[in-house]
Amino acid sequence: MFDEMQDSAGAVRPAYAELKDWLGHIPPDVLDYRRREAELLFRRIGITFAVYGDPEAQERLIPFDVIPRIIAAKEWDIVRRGLEQRVKAINAYIKDVYSRREILKAKIVPEDLVFQNPVFRPEMNGQKVPHDLYVHVAGIDIVRVDAETFYVLEDNARTPSGVSYMLENREIMLRLFPELFSRYRIAPVENYPDELLATLKSIAPTSAPGEPTIVLLTPGVHNSAYYEHSFLADKLGIELVEGRDLITKSDVVYMRTTEGLKRVDVIYRRIDDDFLDPLVFRPDSALGVPGLMSAYQAGNVTLANAVGTGIADDKAVYSYMPAIVKFYLDEEPILKNVPTWRCREAEHLAYVLDHIEELVVKEVHGSGGYGMLIGPKEDKATIAAFRAKLKSDPKNFIAQPTLSLSTCPTCVEEGIAPRHVDLRPFVLAGRDRIRIVPGGLTRVALKKGSLVVNSSQGGGTKDTWVLDE
Amino acid sequence: MLSRTADNLYWLARYVERAEYLARILDTTLRLTALPLAYVGSSNEWESAVATAGCAKPFFAAYSEANEETVTEFLAFSTDNPSSIRSCIETARINARSVRTALTIEMWDSINSAWLELRKWGNGPPSREEFARFLRWVMGTSLSFDGSAYRTMLRNDAYWFSRLGVYIERADNTARILDVKYHLLLPAQEQVGGPLDYFQWASILRSVSALTSYHWVYRQNVKPWLVADLLMLRDEMPRSLAHCYENLVQNLDRIAKAYGRQGPAQRHARTVRARLENSKIEEIFQTGLHEFIDDFVEDNNRLGSAVAQQYLL
Repeated sequence: MFDEMQDSAGAVRPAYAELKDWLGHIPPDVLDYRRREAELLFRRIGITFAVYGDPEAQERLIPFDVIPRIIAAKEWDIVRRGLEQRVKAINAYIKDVYSRREILKAKIVPEDLVFQNPVFRPEMNGQKVPHDLYVHVAGIDIVRVDAETFYVLEDNARTPSGVSYMLENREIMLRLFPELFSRYRIAPVENYPDELLATLKSIAPTSAPGEPTIVLLTPGVHNSAYYEHSFLADKLGIELVEGRDLITKSDVVYMRTTEGLKRVDVIYRRIDDDFLDPLVFRPDSALGVPGLMSAYQAGNVTLANAVGTGIADDKAVYSYMPAIVKFYLDEEPILKNVPTWRCREAEHLAYVLDHIEELVVKEVHGSGGYGMLIGPKEDKATIAAFRAKLKSDPKNFIAQPTLSLSTCPTCVEEGIAPRHVDLRPFVLAGRDRIRIVPGGLTRVALKKGSLVVNSSQGGGTKDTWVLDE
Repeated sequence: MLSRTADNLYWLARYVERAEYLARILDTTLRLTALPLAYVGSSNEWESAVATAGCAKPFFAAYSEANEETVTEFLAFSTDNPSSIRSCIETARINARSVRTALTIEMWDSINSAWLELRKWGNGPPSREEFARFLRWVMGTSLSFDGSAYRTMLRNDAYWFSRLGVYIERADNTARILDVKYHLLLPAQEQVGGPLDYFQWASILRSVSALTSYHWVYRQNVKPWLVADLLMLRDEMPRSLAHCYENLVQNLDRIAKAYGRQGPAQRHARTVRARLENSKIEEIFQTGLHEFIDDFVEDNNRLGSAVAQQYLL
């Protein structure tokens, strides 16, 4: 097991030296007091998320751990270059899939994986999007297993969330521990909203005025990420709209304002493809805007991210990502993929069924830690049930080894103890360049030995410090 | 600004104002019912509280008798009554959450803290003392919300729409008190006189936090026609109909100026204000206090619809 603070002999890694020293000096009751102060702050600011299917907990706090996670400048440099490369490849791949389909012709990605995929959008075939960019905001989940190796665990190319926690965690840490900050030089993250705004401006349709009107489209207050939507709209200084605030006329999108209709040029949408436009996708969607797709196809409005990006972040497509990077960029992938068995392939399925007790099996379209099996943690009955599910629909699953995720020191009931973490950095792809704010959202599994970091499954978050030198 | 945002700001302000008003009614009723019967007569003050809150119909659909327990529950804590103090605070916060970006952090903090605090009160406090504390807390919440709006909001359309909510709701509340209690203010009652009516008049003043103001304005004993004058026609009284309309006209004009367009809402508000300015309390008593108030309530509702039509839909 790789601990980010100290090696197996107990020697402290250089980046953590000051933190370790600080932890040794701060009285436990002060740390505890700060913890409670942080929780109070979060609750008062209203940073909550909803857990679906739990009516009692309509608004819940994500536990926040006050001990920061530290990434050295050199380490971050690898991650950053890897992220840029990956997002470039993802954009090239989506463009290809909806136009010339070279990668399918070259038999690198199997056709049925694209065409039979429910997230493939035939409406996007041959559709031109501004500047050939499809994914403008990506959240790439990364885990670390040893000093050198970072794996990409998952690409999120649709509507990734969590960036508000990255920003608020830093704000709260600055408020609570100014002294600790003075011991380090930490790269700031507070410019993320500016970078996002610059990205969104850069992708406006060419017909839009010099200062395009940008809005953030939310499904509404009941969405689990609603806090983040309102937070971002506020920081960006753009209107937070719901579907009912928008209307289309002659393929132009307008919002209803107190002064009448106002034209909209770019929509940063945090609502899934399925719900965007009831005339094209789910007809029962009350969240979307009738006519939006038509306006989009006419090139009168930019959607960020584009429609149909799901074909790039599907867990089955994931296993082809190294090949995708090579195909479009002719480069070796800087960030590795976790070795993945595709249950759609007979030999892989056989292997998975034989070794299910040691593997993590995931649904291809699942997210949030739902619908997955962690072999080593489950009892025989659960495994047997899952095995049956797997056999009946192998295409729907992939499997990976149970990774030994790195650990970071974390405040838990018994004091400070190592807990497993992952990292979701956010990548912004604009017309001019790719922007990445150093850091991201570190999620931590608070239960001892647990590898599930998802907030819906009891995970917490940490501030992530990328050192500036 | 989005029409929906303006709508949410408007209703957010209305609900906070309404919560405070309900707290005042309950506070006044507690005081009245604490007096010996000889001073206040045998009227059922709890029933009158329900009427003043404008929910007699739903109340009697749910309860057979108006007493301290049932009225307290219904007006303060009921989740079935959409206009209970609890429901007002909950609805206010839902509105606030939908327009987080249009609120200052202080306003959000104030309404969100109130909502969090509300849970601690459960389904009602254990004693009268605790209940009085609860009512003071509700009034404090409204003060803190209104104060943070006043002190921290940009003076733009967001602020003006929230002010419209405050004043339309406030005008409605004051008119409703007058509507329920008008018979106590009629001149004929003066001859009846006696301590009975004095405490009723004082309680009307107290429910709009104007007992002290009354003395500063008129420098004489509490007289019913002056109570009516203060609540209806005096500009300097913050809860009077005249004051509400002075502010409604002002804020509507600011909106019209910013948007470069006057509309039916502006014209209607000016008409109502002119009527209040040109009225004398003696004439109102002659032509009928009750009719005047009835007309006013209807006019006020009409302004609400005009604002919605013009800006919020």
